[in-house]
Amino acid sequence: MKHAQKATRFIADEPRTDWHDQALWFVRQKRDLAVHSVPEWESLRELASQIKLHTLANLAEYLEAFEAKAQANGVQVHWAANAEEHNRIVYGILQNAGVRKLVKSKSILTEECGLNDFLEANGIEVTDTDLGERIIQLRDEPPSHIVLPAIHLKKEEVGELFHQKLNTEKGATDPKYLTEAARHHLRERFLQADAALTGVNFAIAETGGVVVCTNEGNADMGVHLAPLQIHCMGLEKIIPRQADLGVFTRLLARSATGQPVTMFTSHCHRPKPGGAMHIVIVDNGRSEHLGRPDFRNALKCIRCGACMNTCPIYRRSGGHSYDVAVPGPIGSILSPGIDLKKHSDLPFASTLCGSCSDVCPVKIDIHEQLYKWRQIAAGEGHLPVVKKWGMALAGQVLSSPQAYNLAGKLARRALKILPRFMLYNPLNDWGKSRELPIAPAGSFKEWYRKNKMHEPE
Amino acid sequence: MSKKSILRAIRQNQPQGPPLPDLPSFASDAPEPLAAFQAMVAAMGGQVAHAADFPDLGALVSAYFPGETSVASTVPGFPGNIPMQDIASPAELETVGLALIPAQWGVAENGAVWVSEKDSLFRVLPFIAQHLIVVLAKDRIVSNMHEAYQRVQIDETGFGVFIAGPSKTADIEQALVIGAQGARSFTVVLE
Ligand code: SF4
Repeated sequence: MKHAQKATRFIADEPRTDWHDQALWFVRQKRDLAVHSVPEWESLRELASQIKLHTLANLAEYLEAFEAKAQANGVQVHWAANAEEHNRIVYGILQNAGVRKLVKSKSILTEECGLNDFLEANGIEVTDTDLGERIIQLRDEPPSHIVLPAIHLKKEEVGELFHQKLNTEKGATDPKYLTEAARHHLRERFLQADAALTGVNFAIAETGGVVVCTNEGNADMGVHLAPLQIHCMGLEKIIPRQADLGVFTRLLARSATGQPVTMFTSHCHRPKPGGAMHIVIVDNGRSEHLGRPDFRNALKCIRCGACMNTCPIYRRSGGHSYDVAVPGPIGSILSPGIDLKKHSDLPFASTLCGSCSDVCPVKIDIHEQLYKWRQIAAGEGHLPVVKKWGMALAGQVLSSPQAYNLAGKLARRALKILPRFMLYNPLNDWGKSRELPIAPAGSFKEWYRKNKMHEPE
Repeated sequence: MSKKSILRAIRQNQPQGPPLPDLPSFASDAPEPLAAFQAMVAAMGGQVAHAADFPDLGALVSAYFPGETSVASTVPGFPGNIPMQDIASPAELETVGLALIPAQWGVAENGAVWVSEKDSLFRVLPFIAQHLIVVLAKDRIVSNMHEAYQRVQIDETGFGVFIAGPSKTADIEQALVIGAQGARSFTVVLE
C-alpha cells in the first residue's frame, strides 16, 4: 500500500493525528531550545558535515584502518554485503557460542535487515530492551520513529499491552508505574541473556572501537552482563578520530530530543575479561549509494530523527505509513535508492518546505534530494497514472503562452460551470479535503491591462 | 566473506572530498565550568554533594542514603560492604543498592562524567546498581565535550562511558520517567 493510502487511514482519527503532530512538535521545540543555547551551533554543523564528507571520500581506507585497529584490540570483525549475509553472520556467531537468549538494544540496522524474525525462526529468543522497542516488539509491529519507536502509541494502549503481557494492573496507565514494570521484566532478561547485540552510533577508525548512545542504559546492561557482545553497524558509521566525537556528541542528542547529551555515551573497545566481542560491518546498498553523486551525502546521516520531528507530513501521517525501517524525510531519500519501484511514492510525501534540511545537524540537502528523486521517479515511469497524465498535460500547457492563456480562460469558466464531480472523484487524490477557490472574473493579465490604463502617470 | 567486494565497490564509488578539518575547542566563551557543571547535573536529573560538608565519605553516604545496606564501592579508602574481590561474575552485582565509583573528568556543558573500566572494576557496576554516586575532583571539570575528548583516552581501557545522570526514558507518551533500566539516581560528590 502506498504512503498516501496509509496516511489516509492514519488521519481518519483526527484528534489522534493532532496529538501525534503535537507530540513531535514538542520534541522539535525542545531541540530548538537546546540548539539556541550553543552559540557555535552552525560551526559544529559545518564541521560535522566536513568530517563526514571527508570520511565518505576516504571510506575504504578508514574502514580498513578501523578493522585493523579493532582486531588488534581483540575484536572479531565481520563484513556483510547485504541484509541476508548480516543475519547469517549474526546467527553463526550465536550458534557457535550456543546462545539461546539474546538481548538487543536499539538498532535501526537490524530492523532494516529483518534480524529479529530471522533469529526467532531459528529458535533464538530475542528481547528488545529499549522501553519503546520492547513495547512495539510485544505488539508485534515495527518502530514508527528511529529515536522514539513508540511515539504513535497512547499510554492507555501501553497499559493494556502490559496488562496482557506483563501482568500489570488492568486499567493502569501511569508511565512511571508501567516503566517500573518493564524495568523488572527487562532486568530478568538481562540477567538470563547469553549474548547482547547493539547498534552503533559511531565507529572510530583511529581507535577501532564503537560508541553507543542511550538514555536508558539498556545497551550497557545487556553488553556488560552477557559474555558475548555483538555490535552491528552500517559502513557509513565510521568517523576518523576520537576528537571527532566531540563534534558529534554535541550535535546528536540536542538534535534528537533537545538534551545536551544522551545519559550514557558508551565506548567499547575490547571484550570484557573472559568475554568475546564482535563487530559486523554492513553494506546493504550503501556502497552503491555512494556512487550516486546527487544522493551520496545522505550517507552523512547520524540518525538523530530531527528531520522527522519537524516534517509536517511525517507528523501528520505517522511513521508506519512510510512502510520502511527509516521513515520520514531521510527515509524518503534513502529508500528509493534501495528499491525505486517500491518506494517511488516516498519522495512525494513531502511539501518540499525544506525544514528537514534546516534542522539536519550534518547539513544534508534533504529537500533538494526529495525533489531530485521525484524527477527520477517520473523519468523512469513510476508516477501514479493520474499524476503522470496530469503532469504531461501541465508540461505542454505551461510551455506554450497561447495554450496557457486559453487554459486560464477555460479554467475560469470551468470553475463556474463544471460539476464538482470532475474534481471530487475517487480518481483524484488532490480533491480530498481541498476546496477550489472562487473563480475570478478575469486573468491577472486582463486585470493588469485594464487597470494599467487608468493609472495616473 | 564479502570484505573484498565491499571495499572494491566503495573504492569505485568514492567521491572527492574535503580535507579533515582541524577542530577548535570552542572553550573561550564557555561559562565558568564548576558552577555550570553543578547546574547541569541538576538539570539532567542528578544531584551534587560536597565532600567538604561532611567529616568523611561514610558520613555523606549515610546522610544521602540512610539505611542503605548494600553498598559496592571502588573508591580508594572507602570499602563499602560488598567485598568486590569476591565477585566472580557481573550478574552477582544485581543486588547492589548503591555503587560508589571515582570519576575522572566532569563536563560543564552537559553535566556528564567520564568513568572507565579501571574506575568501576566491573563495567556493569554503574548501570546495575539501584543508585549511583561518583566522586569527582573539583579541578577536573572541563567546559565542553571537545575538551573532554582531549583529556580522555577512550581506548585506554576496554570500556569507558560518559554518564550524564540517572537512567531515564520518555518512551510512553513523552512523559519523563527516571529509573528506566539503569541507576535510579545519580549523585556527584565534589571533593
Ligand atoms: S537526515 Fe539529518 S536530521 Fe534526519 S535523521 Fe539524519 S542527521 Fe538527523
